[in-house]
Amino acid sequence: MIEHSVILEYQRCRGCTTCIKNCPTEAIRVRNGKATILSERCIDCGKCIQVCPHKAIKSVGDTLDRIGEFKYCVALPDPSLYGQFQHLDDINIVLTALLEIGFDHVFETARAGDILADYMRQCIAAGSLKVKPQISSACPAILRLIRLRFPKLIPNVAQIPSPLELAAVMARQEAVEETGLKPEDIGIFAIVPCSCEVTAAQAAGASQQSIDVCLAARDVYLKLLEPMKNCKEVKQLSSAGVMGMGWAFVGGESASRLNESYVAVDGIENCIRMLEEIEDGRLPEADFIELNACVQGCVGGCFNVENPYGARMRIKKLMRGMPASRNHYDETQLSRDVLQGRELQYIPALLLDEDRFAAMEKLMKINKLERTLPGLDCGSCGAPSCHALAEDVILGRASEEDCIFKVRERTRDMAGGGDADEYLPAPFRHQLKRAPDDSPQSDVEHKGGTDQ
Amino acid sequence: MSEVKLTYQVDGGDLVQAGEASSKMKMTLKKLGMPAEAIRKAAICMYEGEINMVIHADGGRVEVEVGLDKIVIRLIDHGPGIPDVDKAMEEGFTTAGAAARNLGFGAGMGLPNMKRYSDDMEVDTIVGVGTTVTMRVDC
Repeated sequence: MIEHSVILEYQRCRGCTTCIKNCPTEAIRVRNGKATILSERCIDCGKCIQVCPHKAIKSVGDTLDRIGEFKYCVALPDPSLYGQFQHLDDINIVLTALLEIGFDHVFETARAGDILADYMRQCIAAGSLKVKPQISSACPAILRLIRLRFPKLIPNVAQIPSPLELAAVMARQEAVEETGLKPEDIGIFAIVPCSCEVTAAQAAGASQQSIDVCLAARDVYLKLLEPMKNCKEVKQLSSAGVMGMGWAFVGGESASRLNESYVAVDGIENCIRMLEEIEDGRLPEADFIELNACVQGCVGGCFNVENPYGARMRIKKLMRGMPASRNHYDETQLSRDVLQGRELQYIPALLLDEDRFAAMEKLMKINKLERTLPGLDCGSCGAPSCHALAEDVILGRASEEDCIFKVRERTRDMAGGGDADEYLPAPFRHQLKRAPDDSPQSDVEHKGGTDQ
Repeated sequence: MSEVKLTYQVDGGDLVQAGEASSKMKMTLKKLGMPAEAIRKAAICMYEGEINMVIHADGGRVEVEVGLDKIVIRLIDHGPGIPDVDKAMEEGFTTAGAAARNLGFGAGMGLPNMKRYSDDMEVDTIVGVGTTVTMRVDC
């Protein structure tokens, strides 16, 4: 079972249905008046965090206090961090301020972006990418979505780590060489733009120990403001190029691959639609598909403080005059193993049953039950749609009585029936009886596209 | 004999919404744990069929029977019918109007693709009455 960084603060949750309706993988249910996350379905995209009107859904990162746990601490700022500061004209100010707040060293995630882009260009030139289209492996939420819902596309995912994963490995290597300390004495602190990066780092943690601490960009942002304002001597620390910086927003990674036909998609719903099309082979001319769960890419991550569009504009401005790429892939310095992405495993969380025969029987029951539900998808039962409730009931996650319409029907029957509209205020009574034949029920059926 | 029946309505005249039914079917097939390759073939067949129904027949109905070892897709419409089925099966032959072609459809690949991706296909059509296309995808 994986640990998610997305959590609920129960006191704040009012049990409204905003999150369940917005969750792209239908991973949230309201139970006992509080939202609960179905862990195996959650992809940590952070959509619920952004839509919750009561700010009850959060993502937990670590705190800066953990600097004390290590002998030597390296900060890995995501390039999207640079877009959070107004009137910033030099990235070095941010990097110098990171040293001020307690870090011993800074390793820009964008540096790893430079290298990955260069490596990919070499692979493209060598013709070693056999599967087409290649799908970006940069966004952890998208990777989880593919594992959950589009397992057939797993072979299409680029076989490289994300810039952050690579940066973590390189930063530790460099720090060990520079300080002579043991690898475990080095603290690798990732400053991340979103919840899915935190989960990904935690999931990898047990096996690789590449990232020790994940800090939310917004927490670091507040700490940086003061030292940035008082920064007297700006150290020349910036060492990434345009290619690496571009991963901060949608289209950046695609552009860094040069001369490929690509589509760069942002927003989780758009990504799902695109994956559907690719799965059916409806985009044969594309070489590369970049998918960003957040609007505008990482600048739109739920940990970033600024409007993603403004942040993107600022980063583009900072990129002006920067060299295209300042870091290159050199096989003699960086082993190819480091550049092998982790193999992705299918997550069977959407299966009704592992046995196909049993799954079919369940589906029949689900469809039968769904026909008796009102079809309003109101969410009052705590599930995002009537179909989801039917599924929950058959899979033992809910009861039919969770549907308030069903309960109302039953109470009315128990009260002895009578006129169906007796409970209505006088002006509305008997109107139902006079309604023409094309009642809402048949309208719904006309609209079509539903499993029946 | 275990079979799950699914029914989908396809609205006519709406090329933008076309494909909705096939993506719903795909989701259901994934939940059943059908083999990925069979899902892909069924989805392509159904998508092409949906587009055909929208362009030529003002929509229609799709009935899908999912068995343990096969998926049968039946596309039923009450459109104009196909006067010459052999001709319609030729790659590149199309009677689609300008509106559909402007949207990138009507390349004359619909029926040929449906034939290619299904393991068996039957076309029953009566001019002026309608068309029923039955496709079987083996798992």
